[in-house]
Amino acid sequence: VLVSVICSPPQNYPLYIRSVPTENELKFHYTVHTSLDVVDEKISAMGKALVDQRELYLGLLYPTEDYKVYGYVTNSKVKFVMVVDSSNTALRDNEIRSMFRKLHNSYTDIMCNPFYNPGDRIHSRAFDNTVNSMMMQVC
Amino acid sequence: ILFQIMELCGATRLGYFGRSQFYIALKLVAVAQSGLPLRVESLNTVKDLPLPRFLVSKNEQESRHTALYSSDADNPASYSGVIPPPPGRIQVKKGSVSHDAVQQRTSTDQQESTSPVVSPQQSPPTSPHTWRKHNRHPSGGNNERPLAGPGPFWAPFSEAQPGSSTSSDPIWSGHSPPPHQENWVSFADTPPTSALLAMHPASVQDQTTVRTVASATTTNEIRRQSSSYDDPWKITDEQRQYYVNQFKTIQPDLNGFIPGSAAKEFFTKSKLPILELSHIWELSDFDKDGALTLDEFCAAFHLVVARKNGYDLPEKLPESLMPKLIDLEDSTEVGEQTGEVGYSSSPAEAPPSKSPSMPSLNQTWPELNQSSEQWETFSERSSSSQTLTQFDSNIAPADPDTAIVHPVPIRMTPSKIHMQEMELKRTGSDHTNPTSPLLVKPPDLPEENKMSSSVKYTAGNTVTDGYSSSDSYASDPEQIGSTVTRQRSHSGTSPDNAAPPPPPPRPHPSHSRSSSLDMNRSFSVTPGQQQAGVVAYPPAVPPRPQPSQGAGPHVHRPVDAEGLIAHTSTSPQQIPEQPNFADFSQFEAFAVSGVNKEEEDEIETHSEVLQVEKPSDSASSLRGAKADGRVEEKAPATVPTSAGKGTTPLAPPPKPIRRRLKSEDELRPEAEEHTQKTGVIAAVLASQPSIPRSVGKDKKAIQASIRRNKETNTVLARLNSELQQQLKDVLEERISLEVQLEQLRPFSHL
Repeated sequence: VLVSVICSPPQNYPLYIRSVPTENELKFHYTVHTSLDVVDEKISAMGKALVDQRELYLGLLYPTEDYKVYGYVTNSKVKFVMVVDSSNTALRDNEIRSMFRKLHNSYTDIMCNPFYNPGDRIHSRAFDNTVNSMMMQVC
Repeated sequence: ILFQIMELCGATRLGYFGRSQFYIALKLVAVAQSGLPLRVESLNTVKDLPLPRFLVSKNEQESRHTALYSSDADNPASYSGVIPPPPGRIQVKKGSVSHDAVQQRTSTDQQESTSPVVSPQQSPPTSPHTWRKHNRHPSGGNNERPLAGPGPFWAPFSEAQPGSSTSSDPIWSGHSPPPHQENWVSFADTPPTSALLAMHPASVQDQTTVRTVASATTTNEIRRQSSSYDDPWKITDEQRQYYVNQFKTIQPDLNGFIPGSAAKEFFTKSKLPILELSHIWELSDFDKDGALTLDEFCAAFHLVVARKNGYDLPEKLPESLMPKLIDLEDSTEVGEQTGEVGYSSSPAEAPPSKSPSMPSLNQTWPELNQSSEQWETFSERSSSSQTLTQFDSNIAPADPDTAIVHPVPIRMTPSKIHMQEMELKRTGSDHTNPTSPLLVKPPDLPEENKMSSSVKYTAGNTVTDGYSSSDSYASDPEQIGSTVTRQRSHSGTSPDNAAPPPPPPRPHPSHSRSSSLDMNRSFSVTPGQQQAGVVAYPPAVPPRPQPSQGAGPHVHRPVDAEGLIAHTSTSPQQIPEQPNFADFSQFEAFAVSGVNKEEEDEIETHSEVLQVEKPSDSASSLRGAKADGRVEEKAPATVPTSAGKGTTPLAPPPKPIRRRLKSEDELRPEAEEHTQKTGVIAAVLASQPSIPRSVGKDKKAIQASIRRNKETNTVLARLNSELQQQLKDVLEERISLEVQLEQLRPFSHL
């Protein structure tokens, strides 16, 4: 189970959502939405010039729902959120980090495209492929 | 009817004329031909319709078509094969729809060249071209025609025009026949015409007329196209010229970039949806820099043209459109990209494979540059980066011999006599020793350390081995003395002799450099250590270390085996003594030829080197200079590695090399092991003087050299793996740097 979302500032509306198991999507969307608050909180807490590229938090581990939410924020305040099953214990921290890095790379590639307006939903096929391949890796 | 079919096809599939689309079209054609009303359900219900008969009068064709159809259904591969046959055919088909007469002829002329058929097709495409023109260039007809040929044919297919043949009859009558493969022709006949008609209803007549005209003119083009293995994505010369002209209007400098915004405006004029333009951009902006080079621009333009003609955009950039990474060449004519448009599965494989290769090329390239920078510090040679490149490309030269690329400097003195002497002098002291310590080298040692460790190995294990390695190093005459010693240490390090004595100094990938320094030291020491047969040339020893050291830096770090060998080769050469050099040269020759090649020879060289080193031990002032423990490492290392390595050129003077090596050592994170190794080497060196220079133990010497060589081989192999590991690390660093860079990129945009 893996869900990834990219949300852009300032309103934090999602630019891209993809989940591997297509059922229960709504639940994941809700989770992501709530996690955005936590992300914002962390961002504001950091303050200063220290912009931590990646952040990993397991704070949203609901005892019942048993999944982890990871967040990652770029320097331009674009947030990436990933929801992973807790049962997937094979996923380690650096794997998550690398996944975020790949996401970030793909995202920058999209940004380079002059036909893409920042703030639009992401339709890029290349990006889709990247995300899909990543998700397949996990599951 | 054609329109209906087209709509049905189009409705069911979004203008994506894939195989399924095509099949549907065919089915619809069959339906239509059977006189049944065209409905979507008819497709499903009338499954057993006879295959569409495009040529009423041609049962043959029909059967062929049937066969083809079924074969296609069963055989994607063949299907794809059919597709490529090209666009030429399809073009013909387009035109052929209206050419019933032609079709009939085709049945007779099945083998007829596709060109005639193609020509008609080409003409239709041209009309679309003109019609669609990106508002840029009204004249692009010729240029676009060839492209249109391949492109639009698929569109016509999807349109599956069954009944159009009738309408096309009059038109076709004028045309010459055709089509390459009847089946295709038959297909083409109906679908193309219908497609054409559908696509350009207004221009049907124009098409027909154009076709007639175009057929003649485009025959050549078509021929060329069809003969070019149906690469629908290839950009013909005319097209390319057109694109280049367009590029110039935006950016006068052909080697410059078109910024993203300008390109956006330009391509927006083509009236394609933004989504597709975005996709085209993704495909064509190969280096992801937000700007288009000439090649990228041509690729993008080509894709736009294709799209305009109904070609679907590929998922990956077709091979023929891929810009050259390192050298901006005309990539359009390269590679045979068969229908990436998704029609052919097999061709589709090729492009994706190429795409990754290109990016990987791109990847490796910057990596090489980056790593070469790092290597620069180690290697005095300016060509280090190049060698690094070589190394990267030859990352796993398991056989050190093959990896050795460095030119071997001219031997100072070729004297086989010395070699023999050395061999004779070799006492049976354990040949295996040197190799074993070398072999043992700890895998995590950095390249530098490897060198030092190897030296230590030699020092610690057996003097003979060290000498033998140094012998092998003797290949480089340029570096005299220190280099030789260095080489020795290298060779010593490379073969990690796990076995006996304390882990022999690791052969540093860069040990060429460090080894040179160490070599000096080690050689000074090792000579004493290496008993068997090493006794030969005590006077020669001192000079050797210097050359070896000199050689050390030269050896590229990345070239593990090479470096090791180089070291070994250079070190022995360094020995100023004439005889030594002779030995070295010989040894080097051996090393180059192959470590395992002639052990005896190597043994000889080893012995010689050893002997040479011995004398240099006492005399080597270099040793003192390089007393940072490198020598120790070098000594043991060189011995084993020298076995095969050989010919790394050790150009830089020992002293600078030494410094470099030192700096390298500092850079190397595994300095600790290095120090440990140096300790080992010191011990070895200490024992060196005790090595008796016995003479007359040929057999033992030979055996010892054999053992040494084996050890050298293992050490080299180990070194190689270590180097590769380091290379991976370097690559990762590079990747991380790139990531950081990209992270900074969005900021400039946002």
